Amino acid sequence: MSKKKSANRYFLQGNEAVVEGALTAGCTFFAGYPITPASEISEILSERLPQVGGTFIQMEDEIASMGAIIGASLAGAKSMTATSGPGFSLMQENLGFACIAEVPCVIVNVMRGGPSTGLPTNPAQGDVMQARWGTHGDHPIVVLATSTVQDSFELTIKAFNFAEKYRTPVVLLSDEVVAHTRETVELPPREEIHIIDRIAPSMPPEWYIPFEDNSRGVPPMAAFGDGYRYHVTGLVHDVRGFPTQRPDEIEAFMKRLFRKITQGFNEIQMTKDFMIDDAKVAVIAYGSVARSAKRAVLDARDRGVKAGLLQLVTLFPFPRMKVEEVLRQCRAVLVPELNMGQISREVSRVNQGKCQVRKLNRLDGGLITPEQIMYELLKI
Amino acid sequence: MDHKGTKLIHKYLRHDKKFPHVWCPGCGNGIVLGALIRAIDKLGLKKDDVVMVSGIGCSGRMPVYVDFNTLHTTHGRALTFATGIKLVRPHLHVMVVMGDGDATAIGGNHFIHAARRNIDLTAIIVNNQIYGMTGGQHSPTTPYGCKATTAMYGHIEHAFSISELAVTAGASFVARGSVYHAQMLDGMLEKAILKKGFSVVEVMSNCHVQFGRRNQMGDPVTMMKWLKDHAVRIEKAKTMEPGELEGKFTIGILADVDKPVYTEEYEKIREGAKR
Repeated sequence: MSKKKSANRYFLQGNEAVVEGALTAGCTFFAGYPITPASEISEILSERLPQVGGTFIQMEDEIASMGAIIGASLAGAKSMTATSGPGFSLMQENLGFACIAEVPCVIVNVMRGGPSTGLPTNPAQGDVMQARWGTHGDHPIVVLATSTVQDSFELTIKAFNFAEKYRTPVVLLSDEVVAHTRETVELPPREEIHIIDRIAPSMPPEWYIPFEDNSRGVPPMAAFGDGYRYHVTGLVHDVRGFPTQRPDEIEAFMKRLFRKITQGFNEIQMTKDFMIDDAKVAVIAYGSVARSAKRAVLDARDRGVKAGLLQLVTLFPFPRMKVEEVLRQCRAVLVPELNMGQISREVSRVNQGKCQVRKLNRLDGGLITPEQIMYELLKI
Repeated sequence: MDHKGTKLIHKYLRHDKKFPHVWCPGCGNGIVLGALIRAIDKLGLKKDDVVMVSGIGCSGRMPVYVDFNTLHTTHGRALTFATGIKLVRPHLHVMVVMGDGDATAIGGNHFIHAARRNIDLTAIIVNNQIYGMTGGQHSPTTPYGCKATTAMYGHIEHAFSISELAVTAGASFVARGSVYHAQMLDGMLEKAILKKGFSVVEVMSNCHVQFGRRNQMGDPVTMMKWLKDHAVRIEKAKTMEPGELEGKFTIGILADVDKPVYTEEYEKIREGAKR
């Protein structure tokens, strides 16, 4: 940041930046349940939301929190919840409801070590596949991963924008280190930030067909109480929202659910790269590990290795095109993760023999250090 | 039902919905829905201002047939969705229809906490003492000794009393009625909707198909007679010995108290926080 100290610069924790991002995006409803290391998000929003006319509620568990944010969204609010692994498990049921009923909402999962109660105060990246496939049934979902406090602010806004634009739940994966690290962030003036709101129906209520397909695959969404009386259900439904068992209607519905996300791939699949243009070996990383990877790339270059970094900002839909480019270009890639290899498996899946894919995994509650990554880069 | 009554119901049905409905002939759900519609009509609520939320089960299918803002949620979670709606748009009349298993087994935690919080919702619990849709498994209100498809040797657990649970958990208004006492039910629902705060109407209902058949009450008329014979008005119950009430249930208003309502309290918080 070349800019001198100005009113826009703040010294914030990752969880605080999530709050700033949510409020900037227009979030007016939050429901949550206390859990380490996500509790700060609840605590701060309980103070801030009523100041802007919004609503905070602490529910009896994470199942209820997820239900409440879906209800709030159906009533027209931009809504969010925040949790960590054990709570995220409980949210899976109603997360599926948000997918099938196409209810925009944002779920922040500040990852900690697992399974079960695991390591409540240590970072991990063990929930990647749960974010993708945690709820039952075939469904599309958007999963983003933050690696810095600045990211936490910007990606929370992105998460709301995608949720509203595509009528889908969006999961933002943070981790204990990003959540509790304090660093300087720049919060741009509101007018410079692009905020997307869901499209409301413009037709009179009698013409409104709530789940009718269109070119985007995203039907306009009416809020309860706006005069468009319609039915919302977790059952597979026809264009009017009524349960159906007709194969033609089921297929059309399921295909549209997937198509609306597929059509947005260009925009949704976000990556960042660092010294990748002439790289012969690359690190593919996300979350807090991407921070160590950046340093490792510089150190490896000092030692004569042409290294680069591809940081996955969007984990799902998996940014296949960008990853494939790197796989074609490099002789080897290294995928360091704080799990046993959840994204490296995705990388291997799209690799199809193009390149050597190496893993680097750490599960002891510590971070992967730049030295560990650099050492591996020197070996390959 | 007389012609006038039928006409009234039709005013609130969704005519684009593919009837017939999913309920068995003689099911109590229709009586509950009829009573609810009559109460809404009598109170003159605007259709746009009514939200009907349900969980999963036979009763969960109720909202799909009626022309309100309707939401069919996940099993046991209806009250949590309703909470979100009510907090964002407090002027809406949010009614939540649940079954006994829905509200007090899988949704038991949400039920007691909604009552404790005193959010202005109207919870209607259709208590047919069984899981009907899934094929007659025992529920938290299946009486001791009764048979169910998961209690073929007789049920050895003890039943919840939903209304007493609601009173203890802090609901502002609690009433118990039955589908046999349909007119009484109309009045209870009216009072519950008007009540500011969390209100509960437990409706004892018949599932002759899944409960009755295994318990010597295999047709709707026999079950209706059972409801008639086992219902005791609360006023009368007070004069009876506890032993005389064995196996019976009371009908009437169990609680009607005024206490601060969540949405109004929260509005005060907003006003204070803005300063």
